[in-house]
Amino acid sequence: MSTAKAKGGAKASNTIRGATGDWEVVIGMEVHAQVASNAKLFSGSSTGFGAEPNSHVSLIDAAMPGMLPVINRECVAQAVRTGLGLKAAINLKSVFDRKNYFYPDLPQGYQISQYKQPVVGEGEVEIDVDGETMTVGIERLHLEQDAGKLLHDQHPDYSYVDLNRSGVALMEIVSKPDMRSSKQAQAYVTKMRTILRYLGTCDGDMEKGNLRADVNVSVRKPGGPLGTRCEIKNVNSIRFIGQAIETEARRQIDIIEDGGKIDQETRLFDPAKGETRSMRSKEEAHDYRYFPDPDLLPLELTQEWVENLKQHLCELPDEKRARFIKDYGLSAYDAAVLVAERDSADYFEAVAKGRDGKLAANWVINELFGRLNKEGHDIEASPVSSDQLGGIIDLIASNAISGKIAKDVFEIVWTEGGDPAEIVETRGLKQVTDTGAIEKAVDEIIAANPDKVEQAKAKPSMLGWFVGQVMKATGGKANPAAVNEILKSKLGI
Amino acid sequence: MTDLTKLTLSQARDGLAKKSFSATELTNAFIDRIEKANAAINAYVLPTPEHARAQAAESDKRLKAGNARPLEGLPLGNKDLFCTNGIRTTACSKILDDFKPPYESTVGQNLWDAGAVMLGKLNNDEFAMGSSNETSAFGNVVSPWRRKGKDGKRSTDKLVPGGSSGGSSAAVASDLCLAATATDTGGSIRQPAALTGTVGIKPTYGRCSRWGIVAFASSLDQAGPIAKTVRDSAIMLKAMASHDLKDSTSVEAPVPDYEAVLSKGVKGLRVGVPKEYRVDGMSKEIGKLWDDGIAWLKAAGATIHEISLPHTKYALPAYYIVAPAECSSNLARYDGMRYGLRIEGDNLIDTYEKTRAAGFGKEVRRRILIGTYVLSAGYYDAYYLKAQKVRTLIKRDFDEAWNKVDVVLTPTTPSPAFALGEKSGDPLAMYLEDIFTVTVNMAGLPGMSVPAGLSSEGTPLGLQLIGKPFDEETLFRTAQVIEDAAGRFAAPDEWWMKG
Repeated sequence: MSTAKAKGGAKASNTIRGATGDWEVVIGMEVHAQVASNAKLFSGSSTGFGAEPNSHVSLIDAAMPGMLPVINRECVAQAVRTGLGLKAAINLKSVFDRKNYFYPDLPQGYQISQYKQPVVGEGEVEIDVDGETMTVGIERLHLEQDAGKLLHDQHPDYSYVDLNRSGVALMEIVSKPDMRSSKQAQAYVTKMRTILRYLGTCDGDMEKGNLRADVNVSVRKPGGPLGTRCEIKNVNSIRFIGQAIETEARRQIDIIEDGGKIDQETRLFDPAKGETRSMRSKEEAHDYRYFPDPDLLPLELTQEWVENLKQHLCELPDEKRARFIKDYGLSAYDAAVLVAERDSADYFEAVAKGRDGKLAANWVINELFGRLNKEGHDIEASPVSSDQLGGIIDLIASNAISGKIAKDVFEIVWTEGGDPAEIVETRGLKQVTDTGAIEKAVDEIIAANPDKVEQAKAKPSMLGWFVGQVMKATGGKANPAAVNEILKSKLGI
Repeated sequence: MTDLTKLTLSQARDGLAKKSFSATELTNAFIDRIEKANAAINAYVLPTPEHARAQAAESDKRLKAGNARPLEGLPLGNKDLFCTNGIRTTACSKILDDFKPPYESTVGQNLWDAGAVMLGKLNNDEFAMGSSNETSAFGNVVSPWRRKGKDGKRSTDKLVPGGSSGGSSAAVASDLCLAATATDTGGSIRQPAALTGTVGIKPTYGRCSRWGIVAFASSLDQAGPIAKTVRDSAIMLKAMASHDLKDSTSVEAPVPDYEAVLSKGVKGLRVGVPKEYRVDGMSKEIGKLWDDGIAWLKAAGATIHEISLPHTKYALPAYYIVAPAECSSNLARYDGMRYGLRIEGDNLIDTYEKTRAAGFGKEVRRRILIGTYVLSAGYYDAYYLKAQKVRTLIKRDFDEAWNKVDVVLTPTTPSPAFALGEKSGDPLAMYLEDIFTVTVNMAGLPGMSVPAGLSSEGTPLGLQLIGKPFDEETLFRTAQVIEDAAGRFAAPDEWWMKG
């Protein structure tokens, strides 16, 4: 795997072929991540999901007359932690602005957001695509309020509104237009989700809408000037992000190649039809009349407070991966697989501690993850604990069981539970390392198969047949290394 | 028994303490008077006699038990901008319809927790936008004051009580309450106080919580009292002010005992007289009033210093950008979706338009339009941003001044009370009412109006005192000197009591 860092360059593999030649896609993303917090950004209401409509609404969230916002410090801390995780500049002074527009899901008639002075400035995220590592620049991260939700299926003539989400804190994380393919965009969102989940600043649950992305797409001839971009709003799965980009890029190329031009507009992706549709043109775009919210003072943080958050920041996926490679001798690929989720990485470390790291990684990735994927379980719901898997690996390491038997033990632990050492003991699965017993079995097989013995002398690879016979005779419990050794000496090969 | 409604707040407090009368007797005296007079004055948009009697009964128990609170049993009026728990609150706008908040404003709660009695909700300009109380959805308020004709007799022409706290000023001036809550965004406490011979103080921005007060312009709005005397206003502000965690702009600063400083006098105090306030066309009588004030303070031992506040002339235009900008956003929540008026339309946009067109009066609509315009893309820098820069310069002017003086003395208004309808057709003439008061809001400073004399028409005029941030104490003791020298002014004839 190459570790060379590429930044945005047009690579042949990233271009799309059109009638007039190759095109390059330029992608920037705005990720909206719901801040993991108990209370909303400016009110004490709960942020719990799935409650009865309008049961988590305070007087502030409903914008009653005379109500005032008060900043929730924990939401600010979460935004700063995220900024630190993105290796970004933290702005010690930032300002909340009002973004003014009318809609029934927006009780105040404005969204409190950060416009000119966000809490987090420039940062970066490393992503791996096709074995290559590249950096995607972060433009900014700001805090803002989420809106409520309109319900159109409750009454024949009216729409209803649920304000439970109204006022919930969101982080809008804006990337630079550094991505050049749908794969890169998908890798970026996947990595962003991993970082947020590591930090505990967003649960990353895309199904609940807690992580969603607006995707800016434009196309150009490689090396040419930037094209006009379209923004695809609210794409809520990593798969759809890929599809939306492919579809939109193709649409734009077709228009340009047919002699048309791209209108800057906001579009929606319809996964069912596999197309993007115009939502509103630039002319129809709102004039949001941003201005600093006079109900809130500028948000001022101290360097000490930020430093304190920094010191308590968890190990991030990139650091963890580097450490796994260095400390456990893992391949870059295995390390990357293990650190994709913090729980997986923690599980691996619990297994690997004091054991052979490579062996532990093989078992966690091949046996455990394979089985979990097959059964559709998360690592938290694994029927085999890290202690149990560690126990199995200990039995292999001490030559008590072979790798093959270990898989049987894993199966027993998975379905029935129990202590691996005890299972091996009580079920008589312990490997035969007593050379006398193996020699006896070998002697018997040699005596019974003189023709095969002759063949083996001419063709040493026949050894495998003998090994199989010995294993059969010992019920698979013979130590394979010992069997090999004894066979070789007795057969004289 | 003497007419209890003629007492000042402090006299009534003393009378209750001495058990000369009960809180119930005092409250009933006001309830009776409101019943007789409110049709003429229209100060109350919602009298709440039952509520008042219940509070008075509780006060009588406490007075009897000897555990009276600071404002125990003292009947007040409450501007309709203050949300009152379970009691209709409209900001005198149709758009709030019969809205009953399930909460009490912090300032209101502070007063009721101090034992005060609420007589009802007071009229004001719609959403506090106006200087004459003529924009109220409940109709205009009539000042108890009347002009004196050339023959020496009082005219029957109706005068405005000032605004936006016109219900508060008129109620206090016509003895329909002991004192009243009010709010001031550009002069809405001080101008009506000046026009009705009452005392009004707008404290430092952040001194009183804005929580539960219907917002007009958040960076300028501040609550304060209108009262009969300087002492009464000191008692009121002490009870109203507090640091409130529910208002991010509320300031954590101890609230002093303002009453305790009233007798301190002004010996050695440096009083600033800003030359820029001698505006073109200032009437002779306003000039004389100002000179009288200077002479009284000098006589009491203060030193007078001419100062310069060079950006004063930009204050009014800048104010009429900042205030409408904030109001255009603050009033967006009145959309007919959750509470208040709703006029059904053919679709969502139509419902918004019909509701807001029917709900907001002309002046409110004008300011929403101005505010929306100055915040629009392409205009923001030229208007809103520039106005904010002016604001910074105005603050700096005062910061400079505080190096030389301790308090600033100016007239409160450029002219005495005007007649109903006289300026309501000319918004610019109306906006000029705020010319001496808006700078104080723009700089977030405390400002106070104290009655200082009568115009040639026999109507009240006020002097304004401007102080350093959170130095309301200096305003109170200076105002006391002016009040002692000028005397108090009561509207003659009590015509409003004669049906």
